[in-house]
Amino acid sequence: MPEHTPADHRTMIEISRVTRSYGAFKALDDASLTIREGEFFSLLGPSGCGKTTLLRMIAGFDNPTSGTIAVDGQPMDGIPANRRPTNMVFQSYAIFPHLNVEQNVAYGLKRLRLGAAEEKRRVEEALAQVSLTGLGKRGATELSGGQRQRVALARALVMRPKVLLLDEPLSALDKKLREQMQVELRRLQQAVGITFILVTHDQYEALAMSDRIAVMFGGRIAQVASPKEIYQRPVNRQVADFLGGMNFVKAEIVEENGASLVVDTLGFGRVRTDKPAAFVRNGKAATLGIRPERLRVLWDDAKAKFEVAGRVVERHYFGEITHLIVEIPGLENPLSVTETNDFGADDIPVGAPIRLAYDPDALVAMAD
Amino acid sequence: MTALRKIFARWLPVYAGLYIVFLYLPVVFLPIFSLNTAVTPKFPLEGLTLKWYEELPNTPALLDAAWNSLVVGIAAAILSTVLGICAARAITRYRFPGRRTINGLIMAPLVLPEIIVAVSMLLVILQMGLDLSLMTVVLGHVLVCIPYSLTVLTSGFEGFDRSLEEASADLGETAFGTFRRVTLPMVTPAIISSLLVSFTISLDEFIMAFFLTGTKPTLPIYIWGQLRFAAKLPGVLALGTLLLVGSFLLLTIAELLRRRAARRSQNTGGAFA
Repeated sequence: MPEHTPADHRTMIEISRVTRSYGAFKALDDASLTIREGEFFSLLGPSGCGKTTLLRMIAGFDNPTSGTIAVDGQPMDGIPANRRPTNMVFQSYAIFPHLNVEQNVAYGLKRLRLGAAEEKRRVEEALAQVSLTGLGKRGATELSGGQRQRVALARALVMRPKVLLLDEPLSALDKKLREQMQVELRRLQQAVGITFILVTHDQYEALAMSDRIAVMFGGRIAQVASPKEIYQRPVNRQVADFLGGMNFVKAEIVEENGASLVVDTLGFGRVRTDKPAAFVRNGKAATLGIRPERLRVLWDDAKAKFEVAGRVVERHYFGEITHLIVEIPGLENPLSVTETNDFGADDIPVGAPIRLAYDPDALVAMAD
Repeated sequence: MTALRKIFARWLPVYAGLYIVFLYLPVVFLPIFSLNTAVTPKFPLEGLTLKWYEELPNTPALLDAAWNSLVVGIAAAILSTVLGICAARAITRYRFPGRRTINGLIMAPLVLPEIIVAVSMLLVILQMGLDLSLMTVVLGHVLVCIPYSLTVLTSGFEGFDRSLEEASADLGETAFGTFRRVTLPMVTPAIISSLLVSFTISLDEFIMAFFLTGTKPTLPIYIWGQLRFAAKLPGVLALGTLLLVGSFLLLTIAELLRRRAARRSQNTGGAFA
């Protein structure tokens, strides 16, 4: 997938200090966010983190308790869903069961009174965009899960919205179809150039498709950044943990300046790392993190500039890779290591001594 | 054990056959004797005739009774369907305390002894100082019909995905437009089905009508009155046959519509997990 940067960085959606409370419970707590035109933006988080609430408020199905949402510079306060320049792909797809594919796609166009010829042309175009050409007369109840999803997409795209909202659109599909649709959705978004906002709880989905991701927990936005930044430089343990495996090592801050941070650890010694943008110091304690795949097994006499030594305590085979659990003297928790099986990591005996190489750039300091 | 099971297996079809005969033979006799030339219903038939059917339109009392039944049936069907829509919508769409209890109470007339309910209604109506009329019959019939309406409507409304209405709004449709283009087409089959079922039940309901009717009889009351005269029997049989065929047709249409409504609303979720 080529690196995609929206042509200009014009703001499409401005969410400022939006809170949504239900009694004492805050589904969304003082969230602010800027989404750019033409961007594929994901709201990522566990269920109940407020991502769907935020999406539904952008669509107009729910209203903020306080704060404002503006779409393309226009505040959305008091504007109902049917007059917003957004369209949504629902989690259940919400295909109208009494209409066929064509009628479903044309549903929103009817009100625009385009004339039969133009309407037909737009419907055909939308069906072609989602590879459903020729299925226009098919009844809504005769479609497979993947086809329903495409109809829902076509029905929203045909309206040419400024923003397309996708509420967990792939969660009902099986793994293979889901992965195929991820690629297709991304391709489609680049082709039409519309701003996409995707709600998902699947970190791989978000990483694979997005230009930028907002990670949310408990109604708050924890971090907004590119997939790479989110994965490699998470702001805190919660974000790091949600985006896949991460080894956490206790660290003590010995020096802090504008851009970098020097910490002392038992296993990795003294380490200088980039300071995360949202780093908030909490006394001297900090956490140092390293992803399991950034630790490499050192074979035989191989040497590395930075290495730690320990002993294999567990080995788990996953086909193309092997997970090793390695005890390092001085570390509270053993390290988890992911190694490809090209050199025989799946044959390393449990109990064997092992040396691991790492790149200090792969170490990330986090607020505790 | 296996020997016993073998005997059961052999006799089960016989039992099933006898059961069906017992259930439906009397129903088959009705149209057969209505075509008999003789007044007394017994075999062998004397000859075939349609004269009993031809006489029906020439009986003013019968026509009056049929008209009364039609009026009562239509009124009861509309009332019980409107009330049923409210109840079914509440029960399928919202979660509120006492939901199951209320559902049970609405369904209860189905199993309560109808004669007791009819007598109680008579007492209440007299206490309130109302005169017995077709109106009071309608009230009684609504009570009897609502459980059927509710069942048919619930099955039509159940699984009606709320996001369908949201999707319509999202695509630019107004609240009224959404009702007209999505909600109504989705539930219409269930509503028509409920109307037909209630009408059919009201049409041949006897006990409520017997207690609550004033001077104007409904069809079942008229039939019951005619049974005292042996000579009128073939006419009653002919009328009964017509009612039977009519009810059967109406209920078949109602069931087809109900299934269609249920299929529609259940398919909206798709593979939604």
